[in-house]
Order: sequence, then C-alpha cells, then structure tokens
Amino acid sequence: MKKIGVFLCHCGINISATVDIEKAMEALKDYPGVAHIEDYKYMCSDPGQQLIKKKIKDLGLDGVVVCACSPTLHENTFRLTVKAAGMNEYKMEMANIREQCSWVHKDKTVATEKAIKIIKSVIEKARLDEALDPIEVDITRKAMVIGAGVAGIQTALNIANSGYEVILVEREPSIGGKMAQLSETFPTLDCSQCILTPKMVEVSNHPKIKLMTYSEVVDVSGFVGNFKVKVKRKATGLDWDVCNGCGLCTEKCPKKLPSEFDQGLGERKAIYRPFPQAVPNRVVIDFENCTYMQSGKCGICQKVCPVKAIDFDKEDKFVEEEVGAIICATGFETYSVKDIPEFGGGKLPDVVDGLTFERILSASGPTGGEVRRPSDGKVPKDIVFLECVCSRDPEHYLPYCSKVCCMYTVKHAMLYKHRVHDGQPYVFYMDMRTGGKGYEEFYQRAAEEDKVVFIRGKVSKLYQDDDKIVVCGVDTLSNETIEIRADMVVLATAIVPSKGIRELTKLLKIQIDQHGFLSEAHPKLRPVESLTAGVYLAGCAQSPRDIPDTVSQASGAASMVCTLFANEKLKHEPIIVGVNEDICSGCGICTVVCPYDARKTNLEKKLVEVNEVLCEGCGACAAACPSGAAQQNNYTDNQINAMIKAILGKGG
Amino acid sequence: MAISLNKEKLRTQECEKLQEVSGTNVYSCYQCGNCTAGCPCVDAMDIPPHEVIRLAQFGQIEKILDSNTMWICASCVTCSVRCPRSVDISGVMEALRQIALQNGNEDVTKLGELSSEELEELPQIAVISNFRKLTS
Amino acid sequence: MEISYYPGCTLKTKAINFETSALALLEKLDVKAIELKDWNCCGVMFSQSQDNLMKQLAPIRTLIRAKESGRDRLLTLCSMCYNTLKRSALFIQENEDKRDKINDFMDLEETEYFGNEIEVVNILTLLDEIDKDKLKASIVKDAKDLKVATYYGCLLTRPKEVAIDNVEDPQIMENLLEAAGCKPVYFPFKTECCASFQVVSRKDIARERTRKIVDSARKNGAEMILLACPLCEYNLDKLQKELHEEDSTFETLPVLYVTQLLAILAGVDPEINDYSKHYIDPRPVLERKGLL
Ligand SMILES: Cc1cc2nc3c(=O)[nH]c(=O)nc-3n(C[C@H](O)[C@H](O)[C@H](O)COP(=O)(O)OP(=O)(O)OC[C@H]3O[C@@H](n4cnc5c(N)ncnc54)[C@H](O)[C@@H]3O)c2cc1C
Ligand code: SF4
Ligand code: SF4
Ligand code: SF4
Repeated sequence: MKKIGVFLCHCGINISATVDIEKAMEALKDYPGVAHIEDYKYMCSDPGQQLIKKKIKDLGLDGVVVCACSPTLHENTFRLTVKAAGMNEYKMEMANIREQCSWVHKDKTVATEKAIKIIKSVIEKARLDEALDPIEVDITRKAMVIGAGVAGIQTALNIANSGYEVILVEREPSIGGKMAQLSETFPTLDCSQCILTPKMVEVSNHPKIKLMTYSEVVDVSGFVGNFKVKVKRKATGLDWDVCNGCGLCTEKCPKKLPSEFDQGLGERKAIYRPFPQAVPNRVVIDFENCTYMQSGKCGICQKVCPVKAIDFDKEDKFVEEEVGAIICATGFETYSVKDIPEFGGGKLPDVVDGLTFERILSASGPTGGEVRRPSDGKVPKDIVFLECVCSRDPEHYLPYCSKVCCMYTVKHAMLYKHRVHDGQPYVFYMDMRTGGKGYEEFYQRAAEEDKVVFIRGKVSKLYQDDDKIVVCGVDTLSNETIEIRADMVVLATAIVPSKGIRELTKLLKIQIDQHGFLSEAHPKLRPVESLTAGVYLAGCAQSPRDIPDTVSQASGAASMVCTLFANEKLKHEPIIVGVNEDICSGCGICTVVCPYDARKTNLEKKLVEVNEVLCEGCGACAAACPSGAAQQNNYTDNQINAMIKAILGKGG
Repeated sequence: MAISLNKEKLRTQECEKLQEVSGTNVYSCYQCGNCTAGCPCVDAMDIPPHEVIRLAQFGQIEKILDSNTMWICASCVTCSVRCPRSVDISGVMEALRQIALQNGNEDVTKLGELSSEELEELPQIAVISNFRKLTS
Repeated sequence: MEISYYPGCTLKTKAINFETSALALLEKLDVKAIELKDWNCCGVMFSQSQDNLMKQLAPIRTLIRAKESGRDRLLTLCSMCYNTLKRSALFIQENEDKRDKINDFMDLEETEYFGNEIEVVNILTLLDEIDKDKLKASIVKDAKDLKVATYYGCLLTRPKEVAIDNVEDPQIMENLLEAAGCKPVYFPFKTECCASFQVVSRKDIARERTRKIVDSARKNGAEMILLACPLCEYNLDKLQKELHEEDSTFETLPVLYVTQLLAILAGVDPEINDYSKHYIDPRPVLERKGLL
C-alpha cells in the first residue's frame, strides 16, 4: 500500500477557527494509507514546505495530501514542494477545507465533520494517483494585444521592447482609446494628449509592432503558445497603403455628422479621421452615411484625392495570425445618460457625462478648451457635478464603485475653476475616494484653493426650468436639502465594460463577471492572467481603474507574456483524457462534447484519437464515453468512485 | 447632547420591531440622502428621512418617535423607489406610525378641528386615507 | 370587450365626472365595464405594515367579489384604489401564511383569494392597450394642439412593482393624448407627490406642493392639467383656487380627469360633465379650443 502523508494547514485561523484540527487529525490518523499526519499554522510558508519535504524524505512517502485552501491558489506551490523532495508532483493532492468548508460554515462540529470527509475522499484519490509527466509543446513567440487604449499600447510596447513581435488589434480607426479624449489628467494635471501621443507614435514606428486598426477578432482556436486568430479588417473604402493621410478628402466631403470622438458635440465628415493626431494617420469612409454609397452620387473625395487611394471597396478582409499569447485590453465605456430617466434621460442638452466634459475642457475639443455649454454656447457660471451616477446603486443600476469618478470629478471642478474664474463649481458626493499617490492632497486643494463646494449627499432629481437646470439634492452633513439652479450639470456615470465583450470573451474562452468585466485567475496572486493559459488581461476591461493603475497592470501583463516566451518549451498539464484503444469503439460521442476540438474519430481505425496538447482536461468526454475508454489521468472512474464512497462514509 | 452608544443600545428590541413591521433592513442604508433629497414633505419634518434611518441604525427609536416626521410623511413612496439600497423608508414611516399608535400616541389628525362644511367638501378618499394612516 | 369595474367610494360622489366620462369613453371604444355587485371601500391606502393584516381585508374582499364575477380582469379608475388593490394582491401572493390568516378572518366568504387570480387594471393601461389607430379613429373633435400637462402623481408609478409604466418618466398618458391630437408639454413634476391625504391635517404642505406642480405645468406652456386620481384632482383643483383667492397674481390652470378630455374629443356630449364639481372652471379653455 501507498504511504501517504497528510498535512493539515490552519491557515492562521482561517481554517482552524471553524475546523477542529485536532479532532480531524484524530479521526484520520488511522485511515488506510495514511503513513503520517501533521498540522502547521501556515503550510504554504517556508517552514511549512520544509516540513513536508523532510517527511517525504524521512518516511519515504509516495503520496501527499495537503489539506488547506483551494488548489487554484496553492496547487502549484505544493507541487513544486514535493517535486523538490524527489516525489512526482502529480502525486500531491489538495483537500480544500477552506473555501469549500471553513469559509462557508459557522458551526464547528458540522465543519469538522465535513473537513474529515473531504480529506478522506482526497486520500482515496491520492492512493490511486499515478506519476505523470508534463507534456511538452513548442511556443510561437509572438503576442496579440486586443484593444489599443493606453493599456494595450503599454503592453504592446513592453513586449516589443523585449524583442518579441506584437500584433495590436484595435476596432476603431485610430489607437489611443479613451485617454486620447481626456483633457488633463489627475492628479498632476498634465495634458493627456502630451503624454499619450508620443506613445502612439512609438507604436506606429516600432519595427516589432504590427498595427491592425479598424479590425476585430472574429475567431480564436488553439492553446497557449499556439493560438490561431482570425481578424476581420473592416473595409475602409480606400487603400491605406496608398493614402498618405493628407486629409483633403475630409476637407471637401460635404456630408457632416456628429463626431463620436467629441461625444457628439463637434462634427466629422462621412470620410474622416477620428481626430487630427490619429494613429495611423489614415481616413475611413462611414459607409452608412456616405452619400455616394447611399445614392451613387457625390464621389467628391475620390475626385480630390491626390494619390487616388479611394476605391469605395466595401469588402471586409480576413487574415489569420499565429500567436503564442493574447492580451485582452478592450477597456470601458461610460453608462449612457440616455438610460437615466431621473436625470433627464439624455433629453436635456446641458446635462452631460464626464467624457463629454473632457471634450469641452480639451484644448483640441469642439470649444477649443473654453467651457461653453452645449445648448446655447454660454459659459456656465454655476456648474454642478454629480458623483456615483449609476455606480454603487444595486437597486437600479450597478452595485460597484467606478473608482475613477471621484478623482476625475475633482479634476473637472478644478479645471473648470481654472478656466472660469468667476464661476462656482459644486460637487455632490457620497464618499470621496482618494486612495492614490497625491490624490487626497489634490482633493484638498480643490476645496481650499479653488473653492469647490463639496456637498455630501445624493441628488434625487433634476429638471430644466427656463435656461437653468434645477438640481434637487441633500447635504447630509448639515441635514439640509439643497436646491441649485445650475447652468450646466456633469454626471460622473458608471464605468462599464466595452460593447462586444461577451462575444469576444466567448471566442477567447475566458470568464467575465456578472457585469462583463474580465475575471482574473486569482484576485490577489494572479491579477493579470485569465483562467485560460496564455490569455492575459490589462486595463479597464478587468475593472474600473485610472491611468497609473492601468499602465502598471499593462506592464505586468507584458512581463507575464515575456516570462512565457522565455520558456524553451511549454509544459502542458498531463491531467488529460486519453483513449484506451482496447475498449474504444470509435462511436465518436466524445468528439462532439469536447469544447476544445481535441478529439477526432479515425474512421479507418474505428478509434478516437486525442491531441494531448489541445486537451484541457475538462473531463466532458470522460463523462460522456459510454464504454469507459476515455479515462482522465488521475481522475479515473475508479478514483472518483472511491472518493464518492469516502464522502458517503463507505470508504476505507 | 451626545448619543451614548454601546452594544445594548445599538440593537434594541424597538429597532428589531421597526425592521420587522416595515420588512426592511435599516443597516442596508449607506446614508446617501436620496430619500431626503426627493421627499415632498421634508421641509415640515423635524427629522429628515435619512436621519430617521441613521437614528434607527443607532437604536434611537425613542428619539424618532418624539419627532413629527412619520406624521408628516404622505406615503408617496418616492424615497423607497429612489433608494439605491432598497431600503423601504416609506414602509419604515408606516412602521413608526404603528409603533407610536400602539404606544398610545395621541391623535394627530385634525379631523375634530375641521368644520362640517370642510369635512363635507373633502373627498372620502382623503378623509379615509388620513384616518387609516394616522389613527389605526 | 367586457371587464369588471370597481368604482370605489369617491367615484360616485366628488369624482362623478371621472366615472361618467370614463364609462362614456369606453362605450365609444366598445369596452363594456360591468360594475361589481356588492362592493366595499378598498381602504384607500395600502397598509405598508407587515403585521397589520386587518387592513388587508377590505381590498381582498373586493378582489373576492371580482373573482366571483367570473371575469379575470378588474378595472379601476381611481389610482388610489388601483394601488391598494394591486399591492394587497401582491402582498398575499408573496406571504402565504399571511394570506391564509386573511382568508381565515373572512371565513364567512364563500370564495378564497390567493393573490393572482384577478388582474387589476388601471384605466390608463386599459386605454393604452387599445390599438392607437382605433383610438385615433374614434376621435371626432380637433384638439388643435391643446397643450396639456400629464400628472401621474404617486400611486400610478410607485412602488415599481405596481407601476403602470416607467417609474421616473412614464409616457402612457402622453401617448394617449398625442394620439388624440393634444400636445403634452415637458412636465418634470408629473410624478411629484401632491401631499395626498395630508391635505386634511397639513393643508399648508399640500398647498405648497400644488403651487410647485402647477407652476411647473404653467411654465412649460400647459393649458390644463390632466390626471387620473380623485385625490390629486381635489388637491390641485381646490388648492389652486385657494392660492388664487389669497394672491390674485397666482394664475390657475384647470384640472381635468384625462377621460373627461378624451371623451369630449371622442364626441361624447361635453354636458355630461358636472362642471359645478370643478373649482377652476375648465370651460373657458375648452371653449377657446372649440371643444364645447
Ligand atoms: C471622464 C473620465 C476622465 C478620466 N480622467 C482620468 C484622469 O484624469 N487620470 C487618470 O489616471 N484616469 C482618468 N480616467 C480613467 C482612464 O480613462 C482609464 O484609466 C484609461 O483610459 C483606461 O485605458 P484602457 O486602455 O484600459 O481602456 P480604453 O481607453 O477604453 O481602451 C480600450 C480600447 O480597446 C478598444 N476595443 C474595445 N473593444 C474592442 C474589441 N472587441 N476589439 C478591438 N478593440 C477593442 C477600444 O476601441 C479602445 O480603443 C478617466 C476616465 C473617464 C471616464
Ligand atoms: S469613484 Fe467615487 S464617484 Fe465613482 S462610484 Fe466610487 S465613490 Fe462614486
Ligand atoms: S435613500 Fe436609502 S441609502 Fe440613501 S439615505 Fe435614504 S435610506 Fe439610506
Ligand atoms: S413616503 Fe414619506 S418620507 Fe418617503 S418621500 Fe414620501 S413623504 Fe417623504
């Protein structure tokens, strides 16, 4: 019989406060197969790991069960521990008595009993575990970054500067994302364009970066180190290789439309460049609104183009790329004012969202940086800013804090005051969240020097009255209701994930949370990885955050990619499902259920064959196989049966 | 005067009762004040709605019952529909009235002071609802 | 179409114009509203307390009558009745033990009520269900873009479980009136409370509310205020008159039930309205638009 060592971790008091460790040890010490049992306060710490290593060597253990937290957290840690002591790492098993036991129970008796059952079942599994060796795979040392906001730009530059090739895919005609729309940035008030555009130019000139703007990912297959990605290059109506970005076409195009970049305040043409500093410096035709495309008349752009780039070609093109890693940096959007009926539902022109106000403040914006309100161009003298609009409101909108709006609202109020010296900004806030370097000081300065009036409370309603917006709120510090007849109102609406995130994450096979933000592999220890190997996360696509946080996380994701690329070969988990050729009848049921296309029927041999590298070990096929030919390594039917019996109290 | 707090005073039976009768959890409230900001009757109240909830969180039911607030509330439910934390403030007002009435609070309706012409003139629904809200 | 109809107390007295105009309008639209037999007052205001079950008896008894009528929908004109009946039904639907207790209290009733047998329908919802083309076809008088302020008050849109439309920006009345040739104005006070029953003991509050609501309607160009609640009607109508008597610079706006105007536009004789019930006479405005 195998000699199994069982190691119980207290996890400080995370486990031991709810699970009676001593009692559990007593119940388990004589369980069949248990050669040694021991507990320790922090098993994952160095002394804890040493203890396991020593016991493996001293007692010649050939199986280890660590009873601690979820394997998601520390499986790898303990695998390395046992490996260092000379044991095959796949003979180490974790019994999760924290997330699945101590954290979800209050009653110590119940929790202890459950912990014992969990551990017994894992001992059963360990008894039948076999030594396995990781599967080796080649790597394509090229990365794809999806989304070219500041997050995507930073990641791409970091990876490219480490010497690897990068493909940067952006859905809009230009890179830059939301940061390109911002005026000045907190807490230093440096101009957003001035710090971003040099990076944009660097991207476009970088020999290792291939830019694919106006493009979208439409299909992803493969696995870490070896992804195949299909990218749709949307038709621009012209040949970008010929176009030199002179912009004569946009000048002459007669069709005017609201500019998305200026949040609908300024105008663009039907053939346009989102903004003058766009990278690449190229134009696209908005087919839906182009007069020529609609009626066959016009074609002025084609006539004026000095290099004859315009062909009105509407055909999208598709390209396939092979990459070893993918970074999802698709950023955010803000909750639409149109969907907030109590604040005018988008029907009041002088009630705008934060991004619109950024454009109004921006020197390159529709008002040239002068604060003028949209309805009549007047300079607002009383201006009200509302924080937490749709954020922190589980009843009607979104439960989470959008994190950046406190700070950008303070910035807005401050910048407004710098532009309109005789104006008065008011900020309604619930809690002022200024956690960040220099942030609290920035907030204090706004109140002290710029005399921004901060009102602690919510606004219940606002409405148009003559040319004023009446804001009905409260100040909970003075317990008074407040009514302000404002000239303009700026809503700090919630940060939400960008459109299309659900479809994209399905292609990438990565998880999102209930709101559509990307889920990280572990909230603390693996914040830039998804649960799918080789797919990484950066920026606001993961959760709301400001530029400093976005950039650091983007660099983090880049370093993970470089770490991956530094491997000679990739190691693939051997916990895969093979085929027992003696039993397999070639029915092919497993090939249908496999989500990774890892199984193919060989009609000639009447057998199913497995691409071990594609198999993620989900076990769907093993459950579906009618004959038992598909057995998952170290999760065989025998093991699972033994585990179930142990849990039901029939084991041993 | 300072409100002195300790764990007994925080979780009073009265506060439990308030939550039971109103079917709402007063600890959900994070004091945004939206209820007060939208209340049509707040100007006439001794204690604004959000402070009612605050005092309830402190177990200070007596102090709330000493105010006129729940008698002024028109049961318009604006507070409850706008509360981001789904606190049924309007229901809390009703519960306060119930508790006050069970404690033997005197009649706050002014029906007796109204002349018979005035009473005649009022639609039934005004008189009955006033009665139902404030006396029973 | 046939539907059971629950008038409630005030519809037979102060708000008689609401009833006569609504029934006449429905007739024009081929809807037959059949009054419940042996109905009682619904209690007017829904009891929000979880443990005062006695107050649920009146509305539930009304729903029992409706169930006994054999028709599965119950029309109310008064928005207070609507709100009370609907919330009481929801209350017992969600609280089984309380429902059983309530039914036990009423053991003399032959029928039991469980909560979802009867759909309580407000007149506005019913009108909204009627095909807009049909509604348009029934309109015989030109409203000449009469500017109207649509006032919902509290009980048609709150709480959201019983709201007939969006809580913050309902559009049902606007859609009906637009179809009938009127011009609804921007009216940010359309769901603001008029102070309701507080008019009895705190008239001062109700007056201030009336002032704000009417000011907003007038400022936005309304020529009249339309609504669907007898208590709102009383408050806005009567208190405007008082405000005007106190201060003659306060300009009044006539207040009508939405059905009063729609019935006239649909060709019902304007004289079926008892104009003596109005505190602000609506006839000058109607006259001006050629609707009398
Ligand atoms: C009003 C406002 C003011 C702000 N002010 C400041 C400030 O002063 N200081 C500060 O530090 N932070 C500020 N922020 C926060 C800052 O904007 C963000 O931290 C930053 O822009 C996040 O960058 P990102 O790259 O993650 O996202 P984004 O900028 O949104 O970039 C994402 C990019 O991905 C692209 N994309 C999306 N989906 C796809 C897809 N499926 N395929 C291809 N491409 C796709 C988008 O087109 C976009 O270009 C502010 C935010 C707002 C709303
Ligand atoms: S960052 Fe500030 S304004 Fe934004 S949701 Fe959080 S608390 Fe509200
Ligand atoms: S609206 Fe709700 S959360 Fe806000 S103060 Fe009132 S009860 Fe509290
Ligand atoms: S229900 Fe009462 S407390 Fe709430 S808003 Fe209406 S009047 Fe104010």
